[in-house]
Order: sequence, then C-alpha cells, then structure tokens
Amino acid sequence: MDRAKKNHLIRIFVAIAVVYLAVLVLEFTLRPTSILFTVLRKGAIYSLVAVSMNLLNGFTGLFSLGQAGFMLLGAYTYAIFTMPVSVKESERVYRYYECIVGFDTGSFVGLIAAGLVAAFFAFLIGLPVLRLKSDYLAIATLGFAEIIRAIFQWDVLGPLTNGANLLREYKDLSRITLPFTDIPFPPTLFVFIVAGVCILLIVLLINSSFGRAFKAIRDDETAAEAMGINLFKHKELSFVISSFFAGVSGALLAAFQYTVQAQQFESMMTYEILLIVVIGGIGSISGSCIASFLYIALSEWWLRGLDMGKFLGISAPDLFRSGFRRLVFSVIIMVIVLFFSKGIMGDKELSFERMKAFVKRAGRKKKETAK
Amino acid sequence: MKKRLLFVLMLLLTAALLFAGGSGESDSNVVKIGVFEPASGDNGAGGKQETLGIQYANYLTPTVTIGDTEYPVELVLADNESSNDRAATAAATLVNADVSVVLGSYGSGVSIAGSDTFRIAGVPAIGITCTNPQVTEGNTHYFRICYLDPFQGTVLANYAYNTLGAKKVYCLAKLGDDYSGGLVNYFIERFEELGGEVVSETFPDGNSDFTSYIANAKNSGCEVFFSPVSTEAAQLIINQAQSQNLGMPILAGDTWDSNVILQAAKGTSVDITVTTFYPEGADPEFDEGFKEWVNADATRLANNGGDDTVAAVTAMGFDAYNFALQAISNAGSTDPGDVMEAIWDTETDGVTGHIALDDVNGDAIRNTVYVKHANTETGGWDALPAVVVD
Amino acid sequence: MAEFFHQNLSYFLSGISVGGQYALIAIGYTMVYGILRLINFAHGDVFMCAGLIMVYLSASLPFVISVPLVLVFTVALGFIIERVAYRPLRSAPRMSVMISAIGVSYLLQNAALYFTGGLAKVYPALPWLSDSVVIFGASTRMVTIVTPFLTVVLVILLTLLIKHTKIGMAMRAVSRDFETSQLMGIRINRVISITFMIGSLLAAVASLLYFTNYASVTPTSGSMPGLKAFVAAVFGGIGSIPGAVIGAFIIGICENIIKGGASIFGIPGSGWTTFSDAFTFAFLIVILVVKPTGLFGEKSVDKV
Repeated sequence: MDRAKKNHLIRIFVAIAVVYLAVLVLEFTLRPTSILFTVLRKGAIYSLVAVSMNLLNGFTGLFSLGQAGFMLLGAYTYAIFTMPVSVKESERVYRYYECIVGFDTGSFVGLIAAGLVAAFFAFLIGLPVLRLKSDYLAIATLGFAEIIRAIFQWDVLGPLTNGANLLREYKDLSRITLPFTDIPFPPTLFVFIVAGVCILLIVLLINSSFGRAFKAIRDDETAAEAMGINLFKHKELSFVISSFFAGVSGALLAAFQYTVQAQQFESMMTYEILLIVVIGGIGSISGSCIASFLYIALSEWWLRGLDMGKFLGISAPDLFRSGFRRLVFSVIIMVIVLFFSKGIMGDKELSFERMKAFVKRAGRKKKETAK
Repeated sequence: MKKRLLFVLMLLLTAALLFAGGSGESDSNVVKIGVFEPASGDNGAGGKQETLGIQYANYLTPTVTIGDTEYPVELVLADNESSNDRAATAAATLVNADVSVVLGSYGSGVSIAGSDTFRIAGVPAIGITCTNPQVTEGNTHYFRICYLDPFQGTVLANYAYNTLGAKKVYCLAKLGDDYSGGLVNYFIERFEELGGEVVSETFPDGNSDFTSYIANAKNSGCEVFFSPVSTEAAQLIINQAQSQNLGMPILAGDTWDSNVILQAAKGTSVDITVTTFYPEGADPEFDEGFKEWVNADATRLANNGGDDTVAAVTAMGFDAYNFALQAISNAGSTDPGDVMEAIWDTETDGVTGHIALDDVNGDAIRNTVYVKHANTETGGWDALPAVVVD
Repeated sequence: MAEFFHQNLSYFLSGISVGGQYALIAIGYTMVYGILRLINFAHGDVFMCAGLIMVYLSASLPFVISVPLVLVFTVALGFIIERVAYRPLRSAPRMSVMISAIGVSYLLQNAALYFTGGLAKVYPALPWLSDSVVIFGASTRMVTIVTPFLTVVLVILLTLLIKHTKIGMAMRAVSRDFETSQLMGIRINRVISITFMIGSLLAAVASLLYFTNYASVTPTSGSMPGLKAFVAAVFGGIGSIPGAVIGAFIIGICENIIKGGASIFGIPGSGWTTFSDAFTFAFLIVILVVKPTGLFGEKSVDKV
C-alpha cells in the first residue's frame, strides 16, 4: 500500500471517529428529545435506505421503486421479533388477536432478521420481475410494494402482524441496551453505528469485483453480457443486497418511531427516497448521505417555524399556518430538481480535496465524511 | 442565474438554521400547555373543533394561580396531521417547547403513536376524546377525560339490538384505524353476546368509493349500518347511501357528532343516530358564550366547519383545558413531573359533567352516553334520551 | 339468476362508471408516455386540482360558467406544468424528468393541503348528473350511467383527431421517432404542449364525473385514482389509447367485484376488501410477466 493511500485511509478513519465522538458528546449534553436528535437519527436512517436504493438505481442501473415495501418487511420483522413475550401475551398490543410468535430476541438479532426477511422476499420477487426493462421494472416493483402493504394489513394474518393495527413496545430506541447489560444504549449513536456499518459494507461491495460488474451492467447490458457477466445473477444479487439494507433501515425506522404500522409505507415514501437519491446525485454515496441529512433537517427542523406562525423572526400566523412548511419545502425541492438536475455531488464522491474547494459549505457536510 | 439561485437558497437555509436554533428560548413566567391535535388529514375537522374548545377556555381563563402568583397560560399548537408516523415528531415539538402538560389528541391512533415521546420526556398527556383503551393502558403518563370504547361499544350494541330492534348489523371500519377498528370490535363482542349477527368489513386508506360496501350491506340483509369512521369518510358514506337508497338506519360513535355530518345529511333521507359526550343545549351559558366567540372571528368560524354548532369535542376540549389548569394549580408547580403526580387526584366539574380519574389507568369515571339523531330538515341534532349505565 | 343479477347489478354499474373515469385519466398518462417516455406522476394531482378548482369556482359562479372554466383552468395548469417543469429538462436524463414529475406531484398536493387547510372539501352537486335514478331496480346516480357513454364518445373523438388531423399525425410521428420528426420540421414543443393539454382536459372531465359520484376532494384524492389509471395504461400497453381504455374498464370492474365478493360469490367476505387496491397491482404484475409490454403495447427492440 503506498503512502498516499495510507494517509488517505487514516484521514478517513479520523474523520469517522470525530463524527461518532461528536454524536456521543451531543448525546450527553443535549436533552434527549431535542429536535437535533430527530434530524440526526432520521437522517442516518434515510441515508442508509437512500444508499441502498442508489446501489440499485445508480450503480446497477435497475430502476426499482420497491424500497418502501422492503422497509415495511424489515420494520415488521424487527418489531415482531424484538417484542417481549410478556407484551405479546398481554392485551396491550395484540388486542384482537392471539399472537402466534412465542419468542423474542434482542435488537441485534432483530436487525439481522429484518434484513434477511426483506432479502428473502426480494429474492422471490426478483425471479419474475428482474427480467423486465426500465419503466416496467419500476412499475412492477412499485406494485409489489403495494401488495406487501395490503398483505400486512390483512385480517387473516392478524395473529402475526396484529392486522392493520399499530405495533409497539418492542425494542425501540428507548429500550435498546448495551449488550449483556441493562444500561441503555445511547440511541443516536446506535442508529449511527448500524447505519454506518451498513453503508461501509455497501461501499466495500461497490469497490469489489461485484461492484465493477454492476457498473458494467449499468453502462451497457449487452456489452456486459458479451464480457461474460451473468446478467440475471448479478441483477438478482444487487436487488437482494439492496433490499437487505432497506430491510435494516426499516427496522431502524421502526425503532426510531416507537410505533410502526403498515399504512405509512406507501409509494410516497419511495418517491421521497428517490428524491433524496437524485438530489444527492445518482451514483454518489456521499451525495445520498448529504442529501438525506439536508432533506430531513429542512423538512423537520429548519422550516418548522413556517407551520408555527413564526419564521425568521417574522410573526404572521395567517400566512405561516399549518401546511405552509410543506408548501415551501416542495417549492425548494422543485427549484433544486429543475436547476441542479445533476444533484449535489453528481456522480462524484466527497473527498478532502473537494472539500477544500468548498470550504464554505464544509461545516455542514462534515458529518458525512464517513465514506 | 444558477449561482445566484444557489446563493439565495444557501442564505435562506442559513437564516432558517440560525432562527430554528434560537426558537427554544423559554420564558419562565409563562405556563405552557401543549395542544396535540390534528389540523389536517382525516381527522382535521374534528381536531380543529377540539382545539377551538381549548382556545375558548384559554380565552375565558387566560391565567393560572400557582401558590400566590398568577401566571399567564400560553397554548402551543402542534399539528399531528392525523398520521401515526408524523405524530412522534409533532409530540417532540411540544416537548421541546417546554410544555407542562399536553392535551389531546382527537383520534386514538395518533395518541398511541405520540405516547412514547411524552413518556421519555416525562410530560403528562391528557386525552380528550381518544376512546381506545390502549391509549392509557399500561402507562402512567397518559390520562383521559372521556369514556372508553368498550363502554361506548356496549351502549351502541344495546341500542342497536334493543331500541332499533336489529338482529343483523353491518359494520364498516377503516383499515388500520385504532378508533373505528376498536369500537367495531367491542360493538361486535356485545352484539353477538346479545344474540345478534354481524357482517364486518374494512375499507383501505384513501378509498372514496363506498357504493360496493353499501350494496354489501343491503344484499346481506342487514338492518343497521354501523360505521364509526372519520368525518371525511362519513361525508362520502352519507352521500352515497342517499344516492343508492340504503334503506336502513346508520349508527355511529362520537366522531359523527359533527356539523360536517349535519351538512352532508341535510335534505337527504338518511337516518343517522350517534352517541356522544355532550349534547348542545345541556349548558346554555357555555353554548351561548362559545357561539358568540366563534362568530366574532372568520377563522374560528371556518375552523368550526362554517357555522356555530357546538360540537361535543369542543365542550370536551373546554373541560380538558380547565382540568389541566386545576391539575397545575394543585401541583403548585409547572414542572411536568409534579403535574403528572397531581393529575391523578384532580377533580373538576365541567360542562360535560363531573370529571374524576380512576387510579388504575387514569381514565375518567363516566357513566353517561348521550344519544343524538340527525334532523335532516333543519340540519341540527335532536337529542334522544341519554343512556346511563351503572 | 334474475335475483342474482338484480342483487349484484350495483357492483357492475359502479365498476363500469369508475372504469370510465379511470379511462379518461389513463389516456393522459398513455399519451404523454407515448411521446416523451415519461411517467407523468403529477397527472393524478392535476385531476385532484380540477376537483378543487370546481369547488372554489362553483362557490361564487353558476354551473354554466364554472364548468367550462374548470376545463379551461385545468388545461392551463397542464400547459404550465409542462412548460415550467418538463421543458427545461428536455435534454436532461430521463430520470431527472421523472423526478421533476414527482416534485410537481408533491408540490400540487402540498399546495392543495395549504389552501384547503387540510380539510375535505365538499364537491358541489351538479344538476341532473347527481340525480338519483333507478335502473333495473338498482338505484344509482345519473353520472354512473352517463360516464361510460361519455368516455366512449370522447375516445372516438380523440382517435379521430389523432388519425385524421395534422396535429394528430405530428403526434404519431413524434411518438414513433422523437429526433427524426424534429428533423422533418415538426414543432416538437407545440406537439408536446398540445398532448399535455388534451390529457388535462380529459382529466378535468374525469374529475367532474368522479367527484360528482364521490363528493369530497382532499389533497390526496388524486393519488389512488391516478395510480390505478396509470396501472390501467400500463396494463393495456402504455402508449396505446384503446389499450388504456380497455385496461381501465377491466380494473374498475374487477375492483368492485372484489369489494362485493361476499355477495357475488357467496364466500364469506372477511378481509377480501383489503385487497381491492392490491389486486390491481397483482393483476398488473401477472400481465407484465406474461406479456411485458401490456395487452396492446408495441414490442421494443434494443439497439446495440
């Protein structure tokens, strides 16, 4: 390994360590319900799912719109696995059904199971639909997400899914503990660690020979096939892996929200993630992460005042009433989409050299150097 | 052009960031009460009416006495958008605004979804019209001042079986909605116990075609159409029941006690009976004062659905505010933890009756359900005899 | 048999009528896709906006004026959306245009949310159309009967327009080969604008019919009909107008049969209604897997 590369790696690790340390410090200084934590947690969760979608759309060239469905699978698996048996037996959650799941697991097993269940369904769904091309693939995956949503709301599956009702009291962020102890895990740090490890795995995959095969398929299917790449096998692999991480992010989302319900995983959610991917730049992992933090911060935090009657110190309750935040937000999104159609990063990655050029913006992007 | 646009965007974001950071300043001389209600979505209409009740109470009693000092009360509103996944964020907004106690929400699902945020922050919440048992069950921070669904469901089932004489009832709930699903469930339990028969169906979110459900009710030989859903769906059901000539009485719970329903039913031949918390006219002084206050402002009038009908949820909101003030006053402190302790033993006399909480889950001890029938000629409610259960 | 027919007629009636309404929306999707290869996600929301425009206009104007105005405003809305959100991206990658469509959809919904205050708006009862009628013993609205006929008439007119007029010929040329037709002197932007305007006009007509039947407008009431109409367009072979219409009728009828499953097939109805929306997609996926370009779609050939 040459010197420059080694230095580069060291710098990356230092940057990552700084970010995690900063999160830990915040965790002990700010109060637990601070809106900053909402932004950091949700931002990290959306980063993960955006990166997983980017793996499909940006790196393999498969236009899939099934992300919300796989998140749903992950969220439900996690909730059902980690809900304590005592809760399952009580009437607090499964009120109209007898829960048939007679075990519970820790949050780590729950996360892995969430990913595996999503990946397994992705494998099955992929068999027929991955033969479809571009828009048709998008529509078919979107359709599958809707079907999954309907199945999870079905009465007959009630003993498993609690029908269409809320699931709660599983291992959400307030109930996750350090392994083998009762000490609560710092919640934001937990989300950052899981999301960070998953994104790291995706980065490693993209830089491996599989990743190069994915990119070859994206650039030209026919040429890739001529080079001896098994198209279907690689597409299926990319689809399954992407869904695995979407499942994990769904599990994190469930943990973050404290409650989960199939209803919320509608197609609008997939569109939102797609927006994030495109705003960040298709084919850029750091772009996806930056975009998701910006997206969440903007919609949940910075523009909040627009709904509450007071914004930028201006008080105008008649103008700044409920709904105005989302109106302004969608206008901003439109402006970005129309005038910066390449996204924040294009298909480049964030690096120290580029950061120097953008010193002005560097402050806010620091949290993203985790690549 | 692009550069300039980018610059403007950046400037806006930075400014927003700066001001967002500064919005958390707290004034220790003000008592803050959080209003956790939907202003949009399925339950937006009801949420707005409930909020109006709270605001009217705040207008009448804008201060609270703690010890010897009188503090002004400030309401902090957060819109939970009738959506379970947005409820947690709205709840966090309230908690961050340093409220002493939270009121709401209309709709049981959002209350359950927001509950954990309040639990972690140690802020007590008082449910006003969320009737699902799961809201308060197994926790010590969520209270409520209304009756519960098992009670309401039993009363409705008795009413359908005994008063309307129905042997077979069609039940329609919204998929994944804790309120309608729960109420239908308790209704069925009781109705089958009485020896009746039930056909039960659900409709998915976003559905606006109820013609097939109405046809199902007719074809299966049912005698009563029980559908305690949100007012948004109710409008459509009434409308389509009229055009398809449903031909059986419609029975519903407290959500239907709304002028939205009256407006939809006016001039039709649909027969609607609802159970509710408060009949207009029970407390003339409150009714008149509220009407005057609503009519004084166009926004209030619009939020009340365009006329000055007094909804039961408005009266409940009014009582909830006064109940919360009493609790704060009893606690002798604005600290959420102290208020939570004090709520258990707080009692008030409100316009909807005497309010006291049991010491198991913190639910109100209530034994009266009011029954109303929609008058399709005048567009008002006719009060039927109230049901008192001992 | 007679009794069976009598009992279940109302399902078929509402199926046919909702199918006709989906068909009118689906044409907008399929025409735009045929020319631009763009899934116009905002189309369902244009339909919703037409409903809202009608609510606001009819509050102060008589129907004779407000109905034509709704058509005009919706057409203008379609024109403006194309002009502002899609035309600047003509040379950008297809993904960007689609994202822009999602953005417009988001914007329209949020604008509607803000201006309505998040509450359902009651759609005015149009005279004659919203009258109750009894047909073979099933009572329904006039609009239910009118919809399929009106749909067929509009589709025939549209087909004539495409087959026999100059602009129709230009449309066919553009959808066949975008770049060559540009070289042949066809004013592409004009053709695209007109396509969007026709789509919006039909969506406005559909909104008049749909909301007369289901009389409340919310910011999201466009998304489900939009999605179903879109599925119908894909089902029939996207780009094909007759395909979209047939697909829409099939979906509308099937959806109502499922909702009425308990009564039609005599099976216990528990839970099946949950699948009335999902069924549409399941059906679609089966079709796509068996015949990837839909019922009447043209087979696309990859050029190496």
